[in-house]
Parts: sequence; structure tokens; C-alpha cells
Amino acid sequence: MKPTDIKDPEYFHKVVDCQHACPAHTPVPEYIRLIAAERYTDAYMINWQSNVFPGILGRTCDRPCEPACRRGRLDADEEPVAICRLKRVAADKKDDISERLPSIPKKKNGKRIALVGAGPASLTVARDLAPLGYIIDIYDNQFAGGGMMRSQIPSFRLPIDVLDEEVNYILDMGINATFDIEVDSLREVLDKGYDAVFIGTGAPRGKGLNLPGLEDAAGHVHLGIDWLSSVAFEHTEKIEPRVLVLGGGNTAMDCCRTSKRLGGDDVRVVVRSPFEDMKASPWEKEDAMHEGIPIYNNHVPKELVVEDGKLKGMHFEKVEAQYDESGKRSLVPTDEPLVFMEADTVLMAIGQENSFPWIERDLGIEFDKWDMPVVNDQTFQSTNQKIFFGGDAAFGPENVITAVAHGHQAAVSIDLYCRGESVADRPAPGVTLASQKMGVHEWSYDNSVEIDKRYVVPLAPLKETLADRKIEVELGFDATTGYKEAERCLNCDIQTVFEEVRCIECDACVDICPTDCISFIANQEEEHLRVALTAPASNLAQDLYVSEELPTKRVMVKDENVCLHCGLCAERCPTSAWDMQKFLYNVSKAGQL
Amino acid sequence: MSYQIPKFRHPQLPVNDLGYTKADYEGSISTLCAGCGHDSIAGSIVKACHELSIEPHKIAKLSGIGCSSKSPTYFLGKSHGFNSVHGRMPSVVTGAAMANRNLTYLGVSGDGDTASIGMGQFAHVARRNLNMVYIVMNNGCYGLTKGQDSATADEGSVSKKGDANIYSAIDLCATALQMGATFVARGFSGDKEQLVPLIKAAVSHRGFALIDVVSPCVTFNNNPGSTKSYEFVRDHAEATGTVDFVPMRKEITTDYMPGFSHEVTMHDGSSIHLYKMDENLDPFDRTSALISMEKHRASGDILTGLIYMDKDSRDLHDVMETSRRPLNTLAEEDLCPGNQMLKNINASLR
Ligand SMILES: Cc1cc2nc3c(=O)[nH]c(=O)nc-3n(C[C@H](O)[C@H](O)[C@H](O)COP(=O)(O)OP(=O)(O)OC[C@H]3O[C@@H](n4cnc5c(N)ncnc54)[C@H](O)[C@@H]3O)c2cc1C
Ligand SMILES: Cc1ncc(C[n+]2csc(CCOP(=O)(O)OP(=O)(O)O)c2C)c(N)n1
Ligand code: SF4
Ligand code: SF4
Ligand code: SF4
Ligand code: SF4
Ligand SMILES: [Mg+2]
Repeated sequence: MKPTDIKDPEYFHKVVDCQHACPAHTPVPEYIRLIAAERYTDAYMINWQSNVFPGILGRTCDRPCEPACRRGRLDADEEPVAICRLKRVAADKKDDISERLPSIPKKKNGKRIALVGAGPASLTVARDLAPLGYIIDIYDNQFAGGGMMRSQIPSFRLPIDVLDEEVNYILDMGINATFDIEVDSLREVLDKGYDAVFIGTGAPRGKGLNLPGLEDAAGHVHLGIDWLSSVAFEHTEKIEPRVLVLGGGNTAMDCCRTSKRLGGDDVRVVVRSPFEDMKASPWEKEDAMHEGIPIYNNHVPKELVVEDGKLKGMHFEKVEAQYDESGKRSLVPTDEPLVFMEADTVLMAIGQENSFPWIERDLGIEFDKWDMPVVNDQTFQSTNQKIFFGGDAAFGPENVITAVAHGHQAAVSIDLYCRGESVADRPAPGVTLASQKMGVHEWSYDNSVEIDKRYVVPLAPLKETLADRKIEVELGFDATTGYKEAERCLNCDIQTVFEEVRCIECDACVDICPTDCISFIANQEEEHLRVALTAPASNLAQDLYVSEELPTKRVMVKDENVCLHCGLCAERCPTSAWDMQKFLYNVSKAGQL
Repeated sequence: MSYQIPKFRHPQLPVNDLGYTKADYEGSISTLCAGCGHDSIAGSIVKACHELSIEPHKIAKLSGIGCSSKSPTYFLGKSHGFNSVHGRMPSVVTGAAMANRNLTYLGVSGDGDTASIGMGQFAHVARRNLNMVYIVMNNGCYGLTKGQDSATADEGSVSKKGDANIYSAIDLCATALQMGATFVARGFSGDKEQLVPLIKAAVSHRGFALIDVVSPCVTFNNNPGSTKSYEFVRDHAEATGTVDFVPMRKEITTDYMPGFSHEVTMHDGSSIHLYKMDENLDPFDRTSALISMEKHRASGDILTGLIYMDKDSRDLHDVMETSRRPLNTLAEEDLCPGNQMLKNINASLR
């Protein structure tokens, strides 16, 4: 193998598994250390710079970082660090941050940007561009900002005051927000002479099932996302006792849990797929079941049963999942009699889609065969140079953190575009690598590896939360538990940096390494090296760190996979050929060039 | 400074026949200097014992005094241990081995512990062919007491203090051979590939097995001019050949060039494969071994690998015809067989 180029910022970035997996690349271990040091405000600001909504995300993030967390790979019964819920600790315990927010220039730079939609994607664009002096106009058809974070995510998961606080940090940056306005023509927006337009209108249309009986039952069948927003906006306050929720995603979980709080007493989730294949996150399913909501899997909806003009229930066909050689699933009927379930109301939560009836098709924006705009996935520019898309509007429904990541990149592009520069020349990430050595065997980070199991977030009593849809279910970690959970983090950003010329090949690092990461071995092709190392390097998603050739004609090879970042190699190295160095990687934001 | 090794191990560590991983053979975190050769030898001992699938409680590790003699704390944490008096490890092992022949005895010593204060004990335990492995972690100095030249320091070798040693060196392999040792090998802490099979073969050998392991003292004797530094040893080591240890049930997979290779079956049924690089050495012949060692000494090279092995070794238990059972398993009826037996014995002496 060729020697590893550690100057390439992506090499060490990949070692910080959580940060790498986070769409916004939040410097996770850096803020976790600050939480352990009780520097909550600092921890919050690191998050705020990177993901804009720490309090919201600390409660609702889809947390792609957690399945990636190294801790979960160490042992069969190890679970990831509770990265998401630690973010909430920072948000809950921070002091006033108003002093730390960017200052907004009184004198504007003369460029006017329109943002359509006020969801997390647009708000992120606003956050990044307002401090640079851009004049920002936001248009949204809801009565307040936040997009689906307001209309869809129920208050028992995300209290309104948390949402308002973080949305207002942005709207207070001198943004001109117009609410309760439906934008029905993009041409009209363009005609107002904006220098650029960002479209962050999400994926607002719920999908339905055209089942027999639908017409007769219409008043008792709702699209999940429409129903949730009518609850959020207090148009709906009650539901009938027997509720069937169709679908297996997070929307279905929010629908059933909300129903339970509005008078639903026999609430069931019915899903076509097997339980394991459901789209909902495991914790969302757990939460629903914890609230006494059964999930019926392998049931395909067949018809709505209406008698005397009244909805009685539904028929379902039982199926079984079969997988072909390529792993493709088909749901095969078991030929049992149809299953009947009683219902007064049916909520269809089977998905959302984009819809752009208000975008004229002669504005130079190309649409593909699925009627989605053609958008560059690095620059977020459409085929009309002036118009950018981001969030769910760009590539279909995702989540808040993805919308934020898009927003940052779109802001970079809009800034480049407005300054007449090429949007393709993306700014490099800001990277620093600094030794953590404080003394012979002293490090400026806590290098001991704690053995605690993942801590569970305490919940409010079920009786209370089921009685009021606005009572938050999760209580969050207290300071002590937050500290202990923070201590579980392995500090994967503290990198093991190897300097060949210092190494005397004494093997001390090989001998001490608890997880057998290090080998001194004859160089060979990667596939051969991976099986020849001190311990097999079978996780192909993790790189091998290969040195230049050493005096004995061997190379040092380190498998990054299960390195604990414990620093023992560096402590036991007599010549400091290993050093522990903190790698900070910051995605460059608009204006940071 | 870390005082503990993290609990986590590589999730795919191989398990041996007993279901144990290497971690089950480790000890506490080392307090030796970072980079000390002794730690690497400890690592090789862990690897060898794991691969041999010896139950940890069937091993006794005994030592004298010195950095080397401290090192048993850092391996085989679940085995029996006895940190004895300077130079007196052999007599403690002798006592233990006589009392319980069912354990694997691993004596760990330093060049000071062996070649100076313990020289007499070393000579006699070799001569008696006690069934043990005797590992000398040889750094040419008294590391623990700040690096004074030891009796194995080569004449002219310079330690960190800067003075060349004026005395001639004791070669422990040659001494052991002359004293009657039945297995003699030399290794280098920095070459695990060679050392691990040597340790395994030594464990399987019945009788006194010496492994003299050159083990640089990074703090006091790893400077230019020292003949026991990492660099010097790497440049001057010359191997007798390669040793491949083949456990009893494993098939032999490597092809060896005919003429140069020997297969030796050990007492416990395992075998070792010796692939010779030095055509003139016959490792089953004491005279040949002595000549080869002397030649290498004269040319300034360090001969490593298996130097001598007596395939027909009879250990101290064999020659003394001791009890086949450990003394602690002998019951009263074994020890006091009764009046009739006494009469028989007396009669046989009349
Ligand atoms: C039930 C449900 C629960 C969810 N839970 C989570 C969760 O827990 N965690 C998570 O990360 N994600 C969750 N999501 C997904 C998440 O809400 C979205 O991915 C995210 O909000 C998308 O952000 P966005 O900025 O692209 O658009 P949106 O948040 O959808 O915002 C778009 C805004 O534009 C407005 N708009 C649309 N068209 C027009 C128009 N023509 N004129 C004016 N205004 C318009 C919309 O009303 C909306 O206010 C959930 C989604 C649903 C449906
Ligand atoms: C009876 C006695 N005499 C002297 C000493 C002092 N002493 C301690 S260790 C040592 C030499 C150790 O040298 P070596 O065996 O080579 O071990 P190393 O530290 O080099 O590994 C000496 C002389 C002692 N502890 N006991
Ligand atoms: S252990 Fe910490 S730094 Fe490493 S992946 Fe998990 S959260 Fe990130
Ligand atoms: S920091 Fe060093 S010793 Fe610790 S696990 Fe990683 S490579 Fe091994
Ligand atoms: S401990 Fe240091 S000098 Fe020794 S092999 Fe490792 S990197 Fe090289
Ligand atoms: S003094 Fe020498 S022998 Fe003792 S621990 Fe340090 S390096 Fe090893
Ligand atoms: Mg010594």
C-alpha cells in the first residue's frame, strides 16, 4: 500500500466516525468534552455554528452519527454514545448566548435574497448570509417559522418554547419574514429583482392510499401529515376512540402517539412490512410501544369497511416477507382469511412527496422524469444559476440535520454566486492538528476509557404525558448523568500521529495496544495486509494507516477500526514516534474563505 | 499517565483450544520504561502461552530481582507467581518443581540476576536438568540499579555513562551448554516471529531450557557503542535457522527444502520444524553447537535461534525417579503404606 497522506483532511475526518457520519459534520467529541467540563455554553455554541438547532436536534435528530459511533463497534453489548441527548444537555444547561451570536451589519451589502419556505433549510441559509450583510426576505405559508419542525414534530417531543427560541435567534438577525403567505408563482418572486432565490419548501404533500370505500369514509380518513399540522395549529383537538394508523415510518409513530393523547384509546399501527423493515427509527418504535400502542406488521390494507354511511373498520390481507437471492423483498399473501380491525378514524402515514405546482416550467429550471428539479448535490444550484434548492425540496424527504447541511452549502454557493465567483470552487474545510502532550505521559484530554454502559434518558410519568400532548416525554439527562455519558466518548478526534524517523521499532506500541491496532509488517497489497495484521482488519469501511518504509524494510500499519484513542501507544513509545494530536475539522461556511 | 489498560479488546481476537483469548494471558500494565525490551518479551510469552493453550493456572512464573524479574507482573496475570530473592530464582523453582511436577515452570531472570549474583544457582539448575524454561532478559546491564555494566556486557561495549567495559563477557548460552543444559536458544526481544516459536518449543521440551533473549535497556544501554542496543542487535544478529512449532494436532503445512530441515517430535507429542541456514551447525550435537557459537563470537555476530537441543533429554524427575504425582495429591495411605509394606522394605534390605 502507499503511505497514508495524513495531510489530506479527509483521512482523519473519517476516523472521527460520528462527525463524518453527521450530514453537517458537527465536531461531536469536541462538544462532548466541553459538556464533561461543564462548559455547556461553549458546547452549545460549537453545535450552533455547525447545526444551528442544538436544542431542537438534541431532542429530535435522526442521529445518523450514533449507528456510526465507534463505541458501538467495540463489543457485542456496547451501544453508541448518546450523542444526540448530550446535545440536549448543552442546550438545557447553557447560559444566555445573545452576546455570542454573530453581529449583523447595519450597512447591507446590497444583495437581496429570497427564501421560499421557513423550514430548517431556509433558516440555515438566512443564518449564514445575514451576518455577511445580505438582505434576506423569507416567505412561508405557516403563521410562524420552523417549517415541519413546527407543523409536524409533536410538542411532546419538541416543546414550542425550545423551537421558538432557536428559530428566533435567526429571525432576529434582521430577517424580513412574511408569514401566512402562499407563494403561488416563482416568476412573481423573481420579478421582484432578487439576486438569488433559495427554495426550501420541503416535501409538503402527504401520500394516500386509494382504497375501496374511501369516498364513503372520507370524513374519517386523514392524511397523517395534514392531520398532525392541524393538531399543531390547534384546529384539531380530539380524535375518536378507535384509530388505525397505516404506515411504518416516523410519521406513523407521531400520528399514533398524538392520537393516544387526543382521546384515541384503541390506537393501532398497521404496517405492510415486517417489524424489522419498518422505516421508523428503533427508538420511535420503542416509544410508541411503551405508550401501549401495538404494531401489527405484515398486514396489507385492502379496504375500508363502511356500513350505513359509517366507517366500521378495515380489512387487511396477511402477508409474509420473502427475499430472493439478491435480497429483494416481496410480500407474499399467506392466503389466510382477511383480517378485520374496527376503526372510527384512519390516519394514512405512508409517506410524503414533493410538489412544485407554483414553479413555472419556463424559468430555466429543468425538471427530471419524476418531476423533481435537477439540482447539483454539491452546490445546490438548479439549472437556473440564480435559483438554489435545499432541504426536503432538493432531493425528497430527509430530516432536519440534512436540511441544515444543505442550507450551509447553499449559502456558500449563493455567496459565491453573488460575488461573481464560481460556485464549483468550494472552500476547503478548516482543519487544525495540535499535539495534546502536556508532559512525559500527560495529555490535555482525559484518555482513560470508561466502561459504563449507555445511560438511559429518564421519562416523565406516562399518565401525565398521555393526558396532555404538550408535556414533553423525555426529561433529559441531569448534569451528573450527562457527565458520565460524556465520559463514555472515546475522543476519536484525538488522532494517533506516527512519525517514521523517530521510530526505533521496539514494538512497545504493538505490545501495549489493548485492541491490537498496530502492526510492523512487510508492506503488501491492502487485501493481503488486512488479514496479515496483528488482528484482522475486516471492517473495510475503516482505513489502514500505513507509514513510509522503516529501517527494517517493514512498514507500520494501523487499523483505525477499533482504536480507543487511549494514547497508550504514545505513552509507551520511548521516542515519541507516536503523538496524540487533536484534529479539528470545520466545514467552511459562507464568507469563510 | 495511564495506570490501567482499557478493558476493551479487539472484537475478533482468536480463541485457543480452551476458548481463551490472548487477553486471558495478559497481566497488569507495565511500569518498566517505555520501549524496554523486557515488555516485548512479555508480549511473546503471552502469545506463546495462549497459542499453546496452557491453562493459566497450570503455569508458575518465578523470578529474582531486577527490571526483568519484575516483568512477570505484566504477563500471565492468572498464573502462579513468585518474586524471589536476587539470584535465587533457580532454587525456588527447584523446590516448587519437585513438589508439583504438573505445572509449567517459567523462570524469568536478568543478566545481573543470572550471571553475577545468581551464577552458582544458574550453573546447578542447568546441570540438574530441571524441567523448566529459563528466560534471561539480557540487556548487558543492571537496569533496575541505574545501568551498571553486567557480566554479560561485551568487552568494549559502551553504556550510556560513556565508559567502555573492560572485562570479558560471560556467554550464558555457552555456559549453559557446558553445564549440561538440554535446550539452548538465543532470541531478540525485537523479533517476535523468532522468539514465540522458541518459547513454545522450550515449554514443550522436557528438561532445562534456556532462552537468552537480548533485550535492550532503552534507558541505560541503547546508545551508540553498546552491543545490546536495538540497532546493533538488528545489524549483527544471525539466525541459526527458523524454528516452526507445530502443535500436536496441527498438520504441517510449510514446505521445507530437503537436507536443511529437521522435524523433531517433542515429549508432549508436538513437533518442531527446524529450517537451518547455517549448514555447519548440527543443533543436536553439543560440540557442533559450541563450535558454531565460538565462531560467531569471534566474528562479532550474535548467533540467534535454536542452538542446541538434546532430543533424548531426561529431566530431574526421570533421573531421581520421583513420585509421578504432585506431593499435594498424595493421601495418607500413599505416604504411610502400613506395617506390611514397612516389613517388606526392611526385608528387602536384609
Ligand atoms: C411527522 C413528521 C415528523 C418528523 N420528525 C422528524 C424528527 O423527529 N427529526 C428530524 O430530523 N426530522 C423529522 N421530520 C422531517 C423534517 O421535519 C424535515 O425533513 C425538515 O423539516 C425539512 O426541512 P425543510 O427546511 O427542507 O422544509 P420544511 O421543514 O418542510 O419547511 C418548508 C416550509 O415551507 C412552507 N412552504 C411549502 N410550500 C410553500 C409555498 N408554496 N409557499 C409558502 N410556503 C411554503 C411549508 O409550509 C414549510 O413551512 C419529520 C417529518 C414529519 C412529516
Ligand atoms: C542481594 C541483592 N544484592 C543487590 C541488589 C541490588 N540489585 C537490584 S537489581 C540488581 C541487578 C539487576 O540486574 P538484571 O538482573 O540484569 O536486571 P535488569 O534490571 O537489567 O533487567 C541489583 C544488583 C539486590 N536487590 N539484592
Ligand atoms: S466515541 Fe465519541 S468521538 Fe468516537 S464516534 Fe462515538 S461519539 Fe464520536
Ligand atoms: S490510541 Fe494507540 S494504544 Fe490506544 S487503541 Fe489506539 S493505537 Fe492502540
Ligand atoms: S513504541 Fe515508538 S519506537 Fe517503538 S515501535 Fe512503536 S512507534 Fe516505534
Ligand atoms: S531501566 Fe532499562 S531494563 Fe529497566 S525498565 Fe528501564 S529500560 Fe528496562
Ligand atoms: Mg540486566
